[in-house]
Amino acid sequence: MIQTVLNSIPTPSFEYALLSPILIMFFAACLGVLVEAFVSIEKRRFAHLIIVFTSLLFAFFAVALQSGPNGRALVANGTVALDGPGWILQGTILLVATLSALLFAESKVDPLGDAFASRASTLPGGEEEKTVTKLGWTQTEIWPLFLFSICGMLLFVTANDLLVLFVALEVMSLPLYLLAGLARRRRLLSQEASLKYFILGALASAILLFGSALTYAYTGSLEFGQISNGISSANNSPGLLTAAIALVAVGMLFKVGAVPFHQWVPDVYMGSPTPVTSFMAGAVKVAAFGGLLRVFYVAFGALVWDWRPLIWVVAGLTMVVGSVIALAQSDFKRMLAYSSISNGGFILVGFSATNRPAIAAVLIYLIAYAFATVGAFALLTLIREQAGESSTLIRWKGLGKKSPLVAALMSLFMLSFAGIPLTSGFTAKFGVFTAAISGGATALVLVGVLASVIAAVFYVRVIILMFFSDPIPDGPFVVVPSVFTTIAITSSALVTIILGLFPQLIIDLISSASVFLR
Amino acid sequence: MIAAVIALPALSAALLLSLGNRTNKFGPWMAIGASASSFLIGFWQFLQMLARPEEERTVITTVYEWLAVPAAGFKVDFALQLDQLSISFVLLITFVGTLIHIYSLGYMSHDENQRRFFAYLNLFVAAMLLLVLADNYLLLYVGWEGVGLASYLLIGFWQHKPTAAVAAKKAFVANRVGDFGLSLAIMTMFIVFGSVSFSDVNEGVLGAPAWVSLTIGLLLLLAACGKSAQFPLQSWLLDAMEGPTPVSALIHAATMVTAGVYLIVRSASIFNASEVAQTAVIVIGAISLLMGAIIGAAKDDIKKSLAGSTMSQIGYMVLAAGLGPIGYVFAILHLITHGFFKAVMFLGAGSVMHATDDNVDMRRYGGLSKVMIFTTITFFIGYLAIIGIPPFAGFYSKDHIIEAALSHSWWAGAAVLFGAGLTAFYMTRMVVMTFFSKPRWEDDVHPHESPLSMTLPMILLSIGAASMGIILTNNHMFEHWLEPVTGFVEPEPPFSIQTITIITLSVVATGVLAAIWQYRKIAKVAPKKVSFAVTAARKDLYGDVMNEALLMKPGQALTRALNIFDKSVVDGFVNGLGLFTGGISSRLRKSETGYVRSYAMSIVLGTAILVIVLLIVRL
Repeated sequence: MIQTVLNSIPTPSFEYALLSPILIMFFAACLGVLVEAFVSIEKRRFAHLIIVFTSLLFAFFAVALQSGPNGRALVANGTVALDGPGWILQGTILLVATLSALLFAESKVDPLGDAFASRASTLPGGEEEKTVTKLGWTQTEIWPLFLFSICGMLLFVTANDLLVLFVALEVMSLPLYLLAGLARRRRLLSQEASLKYFILGALASAILLFGSALTYAYTGSLEFGQISNGISSANNSPGLLTAAIALVAVGMLFKVGAVPFHQWVPDVYMGSPTPVTSFMAGAVKVAAFGGLLRVFYVAFGALVWDWRPLIWVVAGLTMVVGSVIALAQSDFKRMLAYSSISNGGFILVGFSATNRPAIAAVLIYLIAYAFATVGAFALLTLIREQAGESSTLIRWKGLGKKSPLVAALMSLFMLSFAGIPLTSGFTAKFGVFTAAISGGATALVLVGVLASVIAAVFYVRVIILMFFSDPIPDGPFVVVPSVFTTIAITSSALVTIILGLFPQLIIDLISSASVFLR
Repeated sequence: MIAAVIALPALSAALLLSLGNRTNKFGPWMAIGASASSFLIGFWQFLQMLARPEEERTVITTVYEWLAVPAAGFKVDFALQLDQLSISFVLLITFVGTLIHIYSLGYMSHDENQRRFFAYLNLFVAAMLLLVLADNYLLLYVGWEGVGLASYLLIGFWQHKPTAAVAAKKAFVANRVGDFGLSLAIMTMFIVFGSVSFSDVNEGVLGAPAWVSLTIGLLLLLAACGKSAQFPLQSWLLDAMEGPTPVSALIHAATMVTAGVYLIVRSASIFNASEVAQTAVIVIGAISLLMGAIIGAAKDDIKKSLAGSTMSQIGYMVLAAGLGPIGYVFAILHLITHGFFKAVMFLGAGSVMHATDDNVDMRRYGGLSKVMIFTTITFFIGYLAIIGIPPFAGFYSKDHIIEAALSHSWWAGAAVLFGAGLTAFYMTRMVVMTFFSKPRWEDDVHPHESPLSMTLPMILLSIGAASMGIILTNNHMFEHWLEPVTGFVEPEPPFSIQTITIITLSVVATGVLAAIWQYRKIAKVAPKKVSFAVTAARKDLYGDVMNEALLMKPGQALTRALNIFDKSVVDGFVNGLGLFTGGISSRLRKSETGYVRSYAMSIVLGTAILVIVLLIVRL
């Protein structure tokens, strides 16, 4: 009896080689936990740095080596899909995360140490905090958390099963909730951000899980391919399916920060330590859109006529609301948060076209945006005052005269966000708009163009402030970073310029690989 | 391989500009090396081209796919077209360019910004090569703007002098007017033919209606007028002499200013299709060649006089290009010979200035032949070439243009013949005032011969100025060489060729004698009481006044009107919109309460809205 039951359970297949990027990050994270336990406190930072950068490098190589035509397969019993978009997303996440890791590792710009609280458990502003800060302690737990989060992202963008998707989402998000609360400066704000992010994230996760359950109830499966088949063949009540799609959509749209599920974004981006913000705006954004693409294109692809209007509404709202509110922001970090929201709207415009160019356009937009946003946040860490980063925009007056290089690079990223030609932002916006027109959403593209005009105002205002105003007395100063931040900024600037000057390179690469496995 | 011709000087310029003072020591040598290697590669390509049969001489190399908008059917490659026409330019640019690099080594040796100067020279060479090697109009436009930029930077190289800064700006603005024509021409091509490559345009123009070739032709002519300092966009060239003399020799005599001629010859198929456009080209050429010569005859500043001469000689080329297949080859032939003899004279002028404490006033020269033997001989060879004395180079090219012009119409022929007489007059005047006649320099000036780095390029160029004509026209070699690209029809002048030569030479002799008679005595200061014609010529024939009346004043009026419109209507609308958006923005901002409960509420409400939207869609 037991034997027959056991025989009826299929032996899980597990393709170690193809899954190696995820596994490398997972084992590196576990190793990081062991380092926390067994390595003496002075050597921990060094050990973590070695583990993090080696594992990122190996994982990237694993992606690069296997992403050829032979590396396209459904693995782990069909719960993970490694296809063109999957590999590209994994590669992008690893590269962008590497840049964020460089910012995590920076300890030269703040005289007190890195961007993280010396000890998270101390009372903000208390005596104990002063003592541990003076002792120069560092919170090295950030590294295993960071690695677990990346591990979750790599799985999230390739998950081909709603349950795996949910697990990956949690693996990716839980460390982020913690990381958001670890800022060294303005700790109350940071802890508040952390708690808000956690509560709202939990709510969104619950909604996603509920949607998954309803999907299972309707189609009898959790695997994307079978969900798709189930939708075409089942004849249950369509109301169930409608609710299922809506709830899954909410769970995913929350993560990408689309309106009206966006309100956590400004608070969390502003409160988190800036390296973590760069990680959320860069890698997490890529992962969230990657997951959204796969769920809606593969699992719910058959119902595109039903959910497309919904995406149109959300995309339009996201672009307009994001851009309009950004106009009124006086804080740079908060402005970038709204910029992140409105950029999400532009990606949704491309997403709504649901054809092959749309996949490529979304991927290119993600790459362009992720690198530029990491670069902008990295530059922010250099513009400082006594109390920490100087993110009040009005104080940046005349920065271009004091530090032309930093101001020029910042202008480059702003121009890229605004979508000015010869920067990656133009290539990206052009791609999503062309895709959307070919998908028949001309009206939405018009809204998008208007929104990008509004958006250009606040991006260009930063440039005007920096270059065309006189410096204020006791304004912010620019610190010279260590090699870590320098590499991060240089790489993002290079990617932004190269994608703007030679867009065809990346368009060809990605267009040839933009087909989902079902 | 051919891409390296452009890449080497471009790379060198990039290194010199980005590495800054670190390259001060070896920078000039690297620049010379880059230019010289470009010449060697170009020469090697030339030999290989000679080895190929005639029909395989055009080679198009696609370096990479440059721009593609599949949705609009728009695709432009970074592709280089090597054919008989472009290789002729490559050899001219790199050969003269290298010699002028070497000359600058001596001329600029005391300038602290020497490295920057060489970087700009390299930049110019790279851009000019891109211009002549491009296989489509858009890439040509990149080179076109590139040489414009280099020209601007080099005219204003001594930017501490306000005159130089103003001259640079003037050149830039005047060129913008022409560039506007080129960009409109390219857009028209794309709209009508759906492509901007030379081959597609050549094909497309055959079946196109007449207005297409007329429109594009006139727009291209406007572009050529800007770049080549032809009437009515000529005024910048005289001011451009504020730049260092090697720049005047390379950019504002031998190469860049001839880009307009290249453009017209390259677009032969368009002009062949429109007789009106061709006539316009001839008229512009004729006006410019006479204007330039008259201005050249009135100027006491040696460089400005040479600049007038350049305008006039380019007028010859433009006129020849307007004649159609009987003239294209001779336009290019004259362009090449002019490149040599005008460069040698400019370098000679630079050498004279070098010797006389940077004095440019010919009334303060005189008798320099006794102290500057190399300069005098090389300049004199250039002089004989430009006025067209056989067997010097100018004789062959100019004589052919006169033949071609006479076979077109009597008035074109009369213009070029009269121009030949004027040329002889002002050039003789220059030679007499500078090298012969009595010395008129101040006592504290001690003229001396220039160093070898300056005389050597002059000697090499003067050999070219002496021999290029015989070499190239021997056995109709140049006609046959260019015929596959530009087409060629033997001109049929109304008189025999010998008669024309005799007429031309007598006109030239008259000009020479008139100048010698007129300038048997030279005042140290230019006489004040002169006829109206001379006053006009001294004021560049009121070129600036005309610019102001025709371009600046209406432009300013338009700007003012637009400004009022902008302030009242546009700004009103924009500000209103801005206030409106700003108002909404601060309202919406209030939705960001900071309370988690309201955020969660918004998520739940949002979910409800999504479900409702989905249900509506499904209904």
